[in-house]
Amino acid sequence: MTDILYAKALVQVLRESVEHDDRVHLMGQYFLGLTHHREMMAEIRDNYPERVYYPPIAEVGYVGAAIGAAMAGLRPIVDIATASFIFQAFPQVVNEAANIYYMSGGKTKVPMVFHFNQGIRGGGAAQHSHSPQAMLWNTPGLEIIAPSTPADVLGLVRTAVASDNPTAWVDHIKLFDVTGPAPEDANYSIPFGVADVKRKGSDVTLVATSWMVQKTLAAAERLAEQGIDAEVVDPRTLVPLDETAILESVSKTRRLVVADECHRRCGVAAEIVAIVAEEAFGDLAAPIRRVTADDVPVPFSPPLEEYIEPTEDKIVAAALSVTS
Amino acid sequence: MLPDLPGDQLVEQLRLMLVIRRFEEALIKLAADRDIGHFHVYIGQEATGVPALSLLRDGDFTFTTHRNHGHILARGADPARMLAEILGKETGYNRGKGGTLHIASLEHGFPTTSAATGGCIPLATGAAFAFDRRGVDNVSVCLLGDGALEEGSWHESVNIAALESLPIIYLCENNSLEALGQKAGEYPSSTMAAAPLTDLASIYKMPAIAIDGTDSAEVYTTMKTAVERARAGEGPTFIEARTVRWPGNRPLWPQLLTGETDVAMMWDDDAIPAEHAAWHRTNDGLLTFGRLLLADGHTIASQIGEIDAAVTKLAEDAVQFALDSPYPAPEEALADVFA
Repeated sequence: MTDILYAKALVQVLRESVEHDDRVHLMGQYFLGLTHHREMMAEIRDNYPERVYYPPIAEVGYVGAAIGAAMAGLRPIVDIATASFIFQAFPQVVNEAANIYYMSGGKTKVPMVFHFNQGIRGGGAAQHSHSPQAMLWNTPGLEIIAPSTPADVLGLVRTAVASDNPTAWVDHIKLFDVTGPAPEDANYSIPFGVADVKRKGSDVTLVATSWMVQKTLAAAERLAEQGIDAEVVDPRTLVPLDETAILESVSKTRRLVVADECHRRCGVAAEIVAIVAEEAFGDLAAPIRRVTADDVPVPFSPPLEEYIEPTEDKIVAAALSVTS
Repeated sequence: MLPDLPGDQLVEQLRLMLVIRRFEEALIKLAADRDIGHFHVYIGQEATGVPALSLLRDGDFTFTTHRNHGHILARGADPARMLAEILGKETGYNRGKGGTLHIASLEHGFPTTSAATGGCIPLATGAAFAFDRRGVDNVSVCLLGDGALEEGSWHESVNIAALESLPIIYLCENNSLEALGQKAGEYPSSTMAAAPLTDLASIYKMPAIAIDGTDSAEVYTTMKTAVERARAGEGPTFIEARTVRWPGNRPLWPQLLTGETDVAMMWDDDAIPAEHAAWHRTNDGLLTFGRLLLADGHTIASQIGEIDAAVTKLAEDAVQFALDSPYPAPEEALADVFA
């Protein structure tokens, strides 16, 4: 294990995917958003120019084309850039890709990956700050991965590229600067549906995905200073979801806080707490708490944005409220 | 005029047209007795689909629409399994998961069928993208109605196809006009400001050709050029095949307003009823095709009668097979979400 930058791990796994399988094509070019890391994509562009497609500004067209290409022998990794743009492609993602295998009666496979950078990125305002994973979770037929560390992005994307199903890769530009240990084994992969306990603890279970995992780990350290031993569970994939790991943690700590960048109503947190309420109500010693974005469009002004955002402070406060 | 093909192949094309016609008629009759939900039939467009799709080969992909029955039958699908799918039976092509709107058969080159208007256009373009990048000479055919040109997906996709010079043929079957409109030379889709519809493709710098969809020779020749162009890596083509809407398609639910087709109308003018005489005489491409085959001596009335009897039996057997087939087990609803 050596420490590696998340952005570097992302480029590494894309490059290896292209390198190892002729069928893998990158469609779209903003995997690293407009961050300064984006120049790292040049190594793929320069070495495999015929495998990187620069589409017109036409999300329903090129994302749909990636779906069509997946049925005709390619394994595209299509980049939708800012997650809010997936709405331009929704007819193809939700009404075509997710349905094709089922509608065909299990005949036609759609092996592809949809990558997008979701969440409140700072100054994105209402039209560049969406977290569409809950909407996608409400769409049967899509696998959903949400890596939170360099090791996880390597391991989960390898599995996603090998999968015969359309897979949404929920990413976050704030993760790009995270550094962490990553296995050097080129065959390292993470099976879908296996949660990772990112921090062991006994007093309260904190569940989070993607960038919220990093915030939650920081919140857990602050809680430790106050004598609260929090366990941080990262499901890593929403579809399939490792319900067992969440329920086992809750049965141990008897307390649950879910941190999520989706809006509160029908968000990812809403689904996770519903599962716990149905399956483990008797284990709970305190009400469940959700730390989410408020149910308003995301505002531009920094103090307004911070006010509605699920922050580290809010996670700490929620955990204290269920453990005091 | 007839397609420039040997007589036996032309007779086979007539047979396929009749398979489609008798299949759709049987379906309409079946729907009179029971509620099988909404469906769309291909009657009146057989002379477009059969010659056009006869140019495809293994590995080529076709993407069709809600009006898919005729296209899939034209590529040789089994009418019995088609009807079973339409009735939601276990023996259907998609084991009842798709139904009339989503019949898919990979072995016939139909990987998925989208019934969302314009939904097939990006998918078909993407299949062509894959053929191009894989360096194979397969082609993708995107069948669409004139209404799909109103969707944004058309413009986004055709731009990509043109820029990348993809091996695709956009075959638009414009069935939006009735006979009077056609005579008056009107062709635009009813809610499209652009006219003619070929303007919507020619601005993207590709061949854009309007043809008479009931003229099998014109369909075949134009499609042949387009397919050869695509296989040679020379890029996409747009074809608008103009057909007259079959009167039975005018109601929300199709009705046999023109009666069951009497093949004798190909050789016996007295067999043509007064009502809808214009339809039978000039607008029905299938009857026109049969008359041309007879005129050119490729077949005789008795042979057409025999073919018709055989395909009528095929359709009847298909209905019986579909009716006799079991429904899938209810819990099958939970299967096939993921590969």
